[in-house]
Amino acid sequence: MSEAAILYDIPGPRAKRRDRALTAIFTFVFVAVIAYFVYALYKRGVFDDRWSVLTDPPKSQTVADVWGSLFRGIRATLSAAIVAAPAALVIGIVLSTLRRGMRYRAARGSMVVITELARGLPVLLLMFFARFFLGWEPFWSVVFGLVVYNGAVVAEIVRAGLAALPRGQREAGLSIGLSTMRTTRLVELPQAIRVMLPALVSQLVVLLKDSSLGYIVSYEELLRIMKTNRDFFGDRYMIPLFVVGASIYIAINILVSRLAIFTERRLRRSTQAPRSPGEGAVGVAGLAASARTDPAGDGQT
Amino acid sequence: MEAFIEEFGLIWGGFLATISLASVSGALALIWGTLLAAFRVSPIGPLRTFGTVYVEIVRNTPLTLMFFFWVFVVPSLGFIPTLGFQTAVISLSLYTSAFVCEALRSGVNSVGVGQAEAARSIGLGFGQTLTQVVLPQAWRTSIPPLISVLIALVKNTSVAAGFAFAEMVAISKRLTNLHPSDALFIFVGIGVMYLLITIPLGILASRVERRVAFAR
Repeated sequence: MSEAAILYDIPGPRAKRRDRALTAIFTFVFVAVIAYFVYALYKRGVFDDRWSVLTDPPKSQTVADVWGSLFRGIRATLSAAIVAAPAALVIGIVLSTLRRGMRYRAARGSMVVITELARGLPVLLLMFFARFFLGWEPFWSVVFGLVVYNGAVVAEIVRAGLAALPRGQREAGLSIGLSTMRTTRLVELPQAIRVMLPALVSQLVVLLKDSSLGYIVSYEELLRIMKTNRDFFGDRYMIPLFVVGASIYIAINILVSRLAIFTERRLRRSTQAPRSPGEGAVGVAGLAASARTDPAGDGQT
Repeated sequence: MEAFIEEFGLIWGGFLATISLASVSGALALIWGTLLAAFRVSPIGPLRTFGTVYVEIVRNTPLTLMFFFWVFVVPSLGFIPTLGFQTAVISLSLYTSAFVCEALRSGVNSVGVGQAEAARSIGLGFGQTLTQVVLPQAWRTSIPPLISVLIALVKNTSVAAGFAFAEMVAISKRLTNLHPSDALFIFVGIGVMYLLITIPLGILASRVERRVAFAR
């Protein structure tokens, strides 16, 4: 715990004894609370035969029916995310490149306006717009909401990356006669994307999480399937179904979050290794850290 | 256009519902999130573990799933929170508190080691160091990310539309059903009302950020 280390000294004998006592007390309290919860759940019959819905479901359904429907839900969730993520990435990169590379102030300004508008709206409102105004299918409404919102967020992340690059990069590009657009596209953008890769991957978690809003526009994704199963089998079977569904969601998201941390570590190692005397390597390593503190990607819906 | 003006009373009600939902759950999330942050930096192992597990799970849970839990799962256990405002407040504040905790913790990390060392060397204990020296400074750096969290919260209140609470997005759906020909104006109007909350907050965040950057 690096952040903890600054707050307290290396404990002496008395502090150690106190910490041990407090640890024991709190462990006891937590165990007691958990035990109470388990007992309360037991009293309400959570551990009775209702779990059979996962192994031997009632109403003449087979195990394959239940799990098959859940897998269909996962597939629907993932397919919305898989269609939306590349589209959002492309739109975000195009927006931020235009914003930096275009020569006219008005043109750049309009890119800023588009990004800010799309970022300030709830994803669900965007989905409703596609569903009820444009009259699109639920799947495409979900994709529309995810693409518009996350495209704007990606644009903001890439913008932060571009802004954090050393000035010399742009000056070098311009001085060998490239236009502002080509400088941005050929010199600055590859570096900015590399630096912001971890932030872009964590945005993927947000996108995945938001795909569950499909539940509200009646897209048949995992959450909706859980609800359908519960409506079919009865309220009694809600808990097993929820435990399975929630675990799947959380597991997928933790996996992608880990990927973000992994890319960050990888990036830090590879940018620190060569350490050429020039501005480049040191600059990129430094700005990787500084750019990430930018609150551009607010890390949630 | 006319429908938007005619029905403005309804839209205004939705706007107020959104604001009150955001402020009540924002306040609760700030309190619970600050406590969680204190847990996560405390010297007591079980508290740290609890904070870490909570934040890790909640941050990787979709907000819709959180709502789903309080609306469909908890009632099946016999505990029935009132559908609508109450479930929305519970879900939103439990969800947002994890992000508040992380914003605060990054603030704590940004406070110089020397500050805590100075506090300890004049004899302050952990609690005093945290409340008198570190947290007041951590707050300052945490304000811009905290505002981002609040902006996200304002937008997140829209999820309550799917769970029986008549805030602005729910109103937009109801109105477009009533006046299909004016749907575009209704959506644009409601979008503008969201932007009226989120854009000023965003500007505030970048102002504060610039100020704090100068002060350091």
